[in-house]
Parts: sequence; structure tokens; C-alpha cells
Amino acid sequence: MFGATAGATFATLGVLVFLLGYIAWQGATSLSWSFFTALPAPVGEAGGGMANAIVGSAKLLLTAAAVGIPVGFLGGVYLAEYGRGSFASWVRYAADVLNGIPSIVIGITVYALVVIPIGHFSTLAGGVALGVMMVPVALRSTEEFLRLVPDSLREAALALGAPRWVTIVRVVIPAASRGITTGLLLSLARVAGETAPLLFTALNNRFWSPGWLQPTASLPVMIFTYAIAPYEDWHRQAWAAGLVLLVLVLGTNVLARFLLRSGAVRSA
Amino acid sequence: MLDPALTRAHPPAAATEAPLKIAVRDLVVHYGGTRALDAVSLDIPAHRVTALIGPSGCGKSTFLRCLNRMNDHIPGARVTGQVTIDGDPIYAPDVDPVELRRRVGMVFQKSNPFPKSIFDNVAFGPRVHGERDAVRLSEVAERTLRQAALWDEVKDRLDRSALELSGGQQQRLCIARALAVEPEVVLMDEPASALDPIATAKIEELIHELKNAYTIVIVTHNMQQAARVSDLTAYFYLGRLIEFGPTERLFTNPTRPETEDYITGRFG
Repeated sequence: MFGATAGATFATLGVLVFLLGYIAWQGATSLSWSFFTALPAPVGEAGGGMANAIVGSAKLLLTAAAVGIPVGFLGGVYLAEYGRGSFASWVRYAADVLNGIPSIVIGITVYALVVIPIGHFSTLAGGVALGVMMVPVALRSTEEFLRLVPDSLREAALALGAPRWVTIVRVVIPAASRGITTGLLLSLARVAGETAPLLFTALNNRFWSPGWLQPTASLPVMIFTYAIAPYEDWHRQAWAAGLVLLVLVLGTNVLARFLLRSGAVRSA
Repeated sequence: MLDPALTRAHPPAAATEAPLKIAVRDLVVHYGGTRALDAVSLDIPAHRVTALIGPSGCGKSTFLRCLNRMNDHIPGARVTGQVTIDGDPIYAPDVDPVELRRRVGMVFQKSNPFPKSIFDNVAFGPRVHGERDAVRLSEVAERTLRQAALWDEVKDRLDRSALELSGGQQQRLCIARALAVEPEVVLMDEPASALDPIATAKIEELIHELKNAYTIVIVTHNMQQAARVSDLTAYFYLGRLIEFGPTERLFTNPTRPETEDYITGRFG
């Protein structure tokens, strides 16, 4: 028994170490300064970079945050502070179901509801798709962290004559702010690497994408496109993009852990 | 079955020299299907310390929480009967519990400072009620921290987190915080039960000081404490008020056999 469990543990660890090491090695040998500054080179020409995909991913995540964070955060506050009875449990259940919906299905829905009315692929559509995917994680984590705030703090504020909403805004949310921030960061990190919902919402772009209503490049879709192309040079670029994406997502996770180091919720 | 005339005990003349502050008539509280408080009537005089004693689950905390309508926030709690403060019925439909709690402050069993600075804790109440002036807030902080006998210990570190204080200091901070709202009545729910003897002595001394300016109602498990700090004592048992009278008389010469059993330690 011990042997089997220890073996599985080492296998897990081994896969992770191998994966990280391999991507780091492949990525680092392919990465160059121009990767961050240059546009993709025309087919057949060596060099070039993915500056547009980096900026594109940033804009997509910004849009996703603008959609997902308000909805997830306020919904989480509602569930934790006002949510009682069967309606709240339905909302919780709905969030869990939404969390389980395949991302490609969210993509096709956004395609129908945003891309078709606008008439073409866009940063906005991609961001909305990612934002919808953020909602369940942002909502449930906000709710969980608010629930960790002891009722004694709510009672303290109410007993001082603070109305309910003042109690929530000035006492409960600040006490859980570290945990909530972490949850929101993780929900953003979770969608940063999503590819499927972007394929037919943001599409891709070999050039800069001005504004929010044009198709845009993004790191995950670039990796997909470059990795399946028949050019060795593109494969190198895909590895470099993979490393950059991995560092961003891992960095966010480390930052989240760091924030939680001294407790998600502050109270006596 | 107890004689209703006895459960409706009024304090004898000597103790009622002070004007009536809180009048409770036929107060009944249900939590869901259980009756936590059964037809309690009690007159609490101004500028006196009234102690509520009795074994766990006897309804004394429930009674206390009726006086600032904190039971409003407990799902399934139902309160009937009448409570007046200075003649104003506090359960009348037009009474805003938020306004009521400015007049009736509360200190809880477990100290519950906000995870904010010492100053921000004391300033919370006045700020909620619209005070923005920094000078006046500082004045309030100094005055109430002095009243709570905490000023000398914290005057050099008002901007430090309240969570750095010791348990006894935190509880005195909570008292200062309650006083900053300038209530007329201060309710204390076993304020010293989690404190060591020295900190307890400080809190008791404080209660003695405060009765000049406030009407104090204190719940305590500790009969010695009730004897030391209070002018009047009410003995609760199984949701009923058994006996109410001047503390000295109640402890030396109880009229009810149930009271005598409790204070002589035959049960409880």
C-alpha cells in the first residue's frame, strides 16, 4: 500500500518537474528579446515575435476582468451576506454547473450572442467569453472567504448602529480583502491559458489589433497555431510563448499564495 | 408554575430612587419552535448596574439582546411583548433598529475588535454616524479610551492594529468603541468571561466608573462578579425571571427557593 501511494506521489511530482523543466528548456532556448517587441514574421522569414499576442492577451484579460470580477464579486457578496434559503442554493448550484460547462461551449454561445451581432471576431467577444468563465470561480471564492469572517465582527458593527450595508462594505469585505483578492487573481489566472473559447470569438491576428472590436492575437491561440504549423521556426516561437504564458500563470499563483501566507481573513 | 406576580418582580423602593430607564413587559422570545424567554417583565433603573444571572441557557443573553434588538438578525427569532426605553417602545413598527443601537451600545463576550487600527476602531461608530472632523474624532478617541482606562497603554500607538493588543486590552477597546457612539445604555454580555483575573478586575472597576454616565445591564456567569459590580440582580432560570431585587438583598436573603439553590451552589 505504502509503495503504491508513494509511487503515485512520485509520478505526480515527476510529471510536474519534467513538464516544467522541458518547457523551461525549450522555451528559454527559443526566447529572444524580439519575441516581446516584434510582430510575427511573414511565413518563410525567420525571427519575429509575438508582441501583438502579449498585448492581445492583456487586453482580453482586462475585458474578462471587467466582465467577470464585478459579477462574481457582487454575486459572492450577495450569497455570503444576504443569501438564504432555496434561491441562494440554486444560485450556488448554477455557479457550480457553469464552472463545469466545457469552455468550447461557452465560446460557441458567445459567438452566437456577440460575434454574429457585431459581424466579426473581436477582443470584446473573446474577453466576454473569458469573463463568463471567470464568474463561477470569482463568485464562489468571494463567498467562501466572506463566510470565514466571524459573525462577531458583523455583530460588533451592527451593535454600533451601522446599517447592514455599511457593515458589509466597511467591516466584512475589508476583513476578507486578502482572500477575496486572491480568489479573483486565481480566477483570472484560470482563464489566462484558455484557448478553446477564443478560437471563434477573438480568432487570431498577425498584426496589431486596434481598439476592442477587431480580431486579436493571444498567447494561447498563437501557441496552438504555431505548434501545428509545419515550420521549425514557428515551433520555437510556440515554445517561447508557452514559457511566457506559464511564467505569467505560475507567477499569479505564487503571488496568490504569498497574499494568503498570513491568513485569508483578518480577525481577532 | 410560578406566581405571575413574582415573575413580574419590581425592585423595591430603595433601588428605584433612580428614574426608570428600561421597562420590559411580558417579553416572550421564540427561536424557531423553542421558547427561550417566557413572559419576562423587569424595570431597569437609570445609572445603575443591573446584573442578569442564571445557569447556561436560562435566557439571560437572549433577554439582553432584546434590549438593542440584536435578535432581529437571528433567523427564526420571534419577539413579542413590550420594551420601552425612556417610555419609547423599541419594538414599535416605526423604530429603526439602527437608530436604537446608537442609544443602546453593546459589549460582547468575546472581544471583537475590527482588524483595523486602534484609532479606527474607536472612530468607527462616530464615522458611521457622519462625523468627519479629524480633530473631533481624536477628541472622542481620547475621551473614550480614557473612560475605558486604556489611554495610557495605547496613546503612543493609536495607528497600530487593534489585533496586537492583549485580550484584556481588546475588551477595553471594545468598551471604548461602544462608548464613542455616546449611548445611554451599555449592554455587556459576559464581558470578562474570557479574561484573566487582573484584566477582569480592571473591567469591573470600569463598570463601576461608567454607571455615573450610563445605564448598564450586564450578563454574567460569575455570581461573585454580579455581587461585586451590580446594584440590582435578576435571576433567570429556564427562560423565566425568578427573582429581581437589590443585589445585596438577593444574595443574602433571597425570597425564592430557586434563587437560594442557585446562589448557594446547589446547582448551576
